[in-house]
Amino acid sequence: MESSSSGLVQVRNVTLQYKTTDHLVTATYKVSCTVQHGDRYVILGPSGCGKSTLLKAIGGFIRPVGGSIVVNGHEIREPGPDRMMVFQEFEQLMPWKTVLQNVMFPMQVAKKYTRSEVRDRALSAIDKVSLSKFAKVYPHMLSGGMKMRVAIARAMALEPDVLLMDEPFAALDALTRRKMQEELLSLWDQLRFTMLFVTHSIEEAIVVGSRILILSPHPGRVRAELEAGALSYAEVDSPAFGVLSKRIHTLLFEDEPKHAPEPASAAAGSH
Amino acid sequence: MAINETALGEAARDLVKPRIHVSGPRPDLEFALLDASDIGDVQRRLSFPERLANNDAIRRAGILLFLVITWEIYARWLDNSLLFPTFTLTLKTFVGDLLDGTLVDRTRTSLYPLVLGYAGGILLAGLLTSIAISSRIGADILNTLTAMFNPLPAIAVLPLALIWFGLGTPSLVFVIIHSVLWAVALSTLTGFRSVPETLRLSGRNYGLRVAGYVAFVMIPAAFPAILSGLKIGWAFAWRTLIAAELVFGVSSRSGGLGWYVFEARSELDTPRVFAGLLTVIVIGLFVESVIFKSIETRTVQKWGMQR
Ligand SMILES: Nc1ncnc2c1ncn2[C@@H]1O[C@H](COP(=O)(O)OP(=O)(O)O)[C@@H](O)[C@H]1O
Ligand SMILES: [Mg+2]
Repeated sequence: MESSSSGLVQVRNVTLQYKTTDHLVTATYKVSCTVQHGDRYVILGPSGCGKSTLLKAIGGFIRPVGGSIVVNGHEIREPGPDRMMVFQEFEQLMPWKTVLQNVMFPMQVAKKYTRSEVRDRALSAIDKVSLSKFAKVYPHMLSGGMKMRVAIARAMALEPDVLLMDEPFAALDALTRRKMQEELLSLWDQLRFTMLFVTHSIEEAIVVGSRILILSPHPGRVRAELEAGALSYAEVDSPAFGVLSKRIHTLLFEDEPKHAPEPASAAAGSH
Repeated sequence: MAINETALGEAARDLVKPRIHVSGPRPDLEFALLDASDIGDVQRRLSFPERLANNDAIRRAGILLFLVITWEIYARWLDNSLLFPTFTLTLKTFVGDLLDGTLVDRTRTSLYPLVLGYAGGILLAGLLTSIAISSRIGADILNTLTAMFNPLPAIAVLPLALIWFGLGTPSLVFVIIHSVLWAVALSTLTGFRSVPETLRLSGRNYGLRVAGYVAFVMIPAAFPAILSGLKIGWAFAWRTLIAAELVFGVSSRSGGLGWYVFEARSELDTPRVFAGLLTVIVIGLFVESVIFKSIETRTVQKWGMQR
């Protein structure tokens, strides 16, 4: 792994732990990675391996026990609007604010823009996720996919250094999920923002990601970092997609031979 | 039970088995879409009677009307205005006292310590819960105090209040604060505790700190619980006040509604007792169905946090 000091997000040997009343849980152990400007950086790993925890640490919600996280040259100490987070749950929108107010609110708090700018930026962000018709509607009247779009619009309107997304589409139905992935990619094509995207789905990782970090099962340790820029839904049936998917599968599950349906040689052959 | 299950199992087998054998592959079917314009607009405004039946105020007015008619019929049948005066007689006394200013005066006297005590109780509750959510020891203090004082009836504190503050408004305000504070604090704390984690995290994500965080995230998110606390607190305050006035009656110049009822009773003027109670009920209904109701429709119902 390159240890250059360049890179927008630098995670160095980060160990994260939870202290509960009677347990000490280590979520990730000495994780290192570097995210460059414009990356669609995917963190992939089995459920419970510490992906959310790692993302929350980059968001500044959890302090690392060891190691350091540097974003844009500053060490992370607390949450801030330069790292906007999109959560898996739908209830991240404030139910007492309309869609427009929800998108405007973080910009008002951040005091980065003038009052008229805030409104214009919010309206244009809502337009980008094609929800203009619903700007004056309260979140409880939206479907899950629409709420997710609002959360994404809200995060992007603020132009954060990096967009942190924690399994944003996991709670959606398969059709909506696929549509949202494609929309996210076309948004990225327009705006070229940097995003860190957590998922436990290999397919989603390959489709969404330009680079994939693979974490081992609990406690999460770095297993591999792979390039995946060229593959989208159009290539789902292509051999390259299948090869990469098998390779990731092997990397994720090779310690549990029972669950690996393909022999390891299939992945090894692709090198 | 066991017999039923086997019977059911057999029935199910009978239903399922032949189907598996009989039906082969069926042909694929595709349909041209039906024209949906027959049903008119996909979205339409409800008709006037439909909207009328959906209106809470009208349904509740109907219930009230029914109660009043029952009262009137029963009282006429009983024909003893010393025990149970008719609605018309009560209303006549009520309107008479309202017009000559007695009731207005009494109500004003009652409302003064009531509003003071209610506001004081809410303020203190807000203060205590703010401390309680910002530190663990604060939460422990509030929980212990609430567990101690919430079950203590306000009337039981009244003798103590009389010793400390004497006969008068301060004593009333004290017992009202006591009855409001713990109820409101308890439900506010419960509300704060049940704010979803994701909402808290996004609030912090925006860079909100202590005061802004409480004001812009916690209070609105906990508003359904806070509002129900305010309602309970209001009812407690009202009850405590009337009871306290009934116990120690007049404070200096003129008594409140409780005193009005007390006085009428000692003169065996039952219609006036009823008129006093009616006033209490009318004010309670007004606050509940006009003030609290409009806060509710404008906030938690509009936001979809409560149905
Ligand atoms: N608030 C918490 N308190 C204690 N342990 C936690 C907490 N949140 C997560 N964990 C533990 O940390 C580990 C990683 O959790 P998480 O980051 O949520 O996994 P993932 O997002 O990869 O599914 C798990 O073993 C989980 O049980
Ligand atoms: Mg997770």
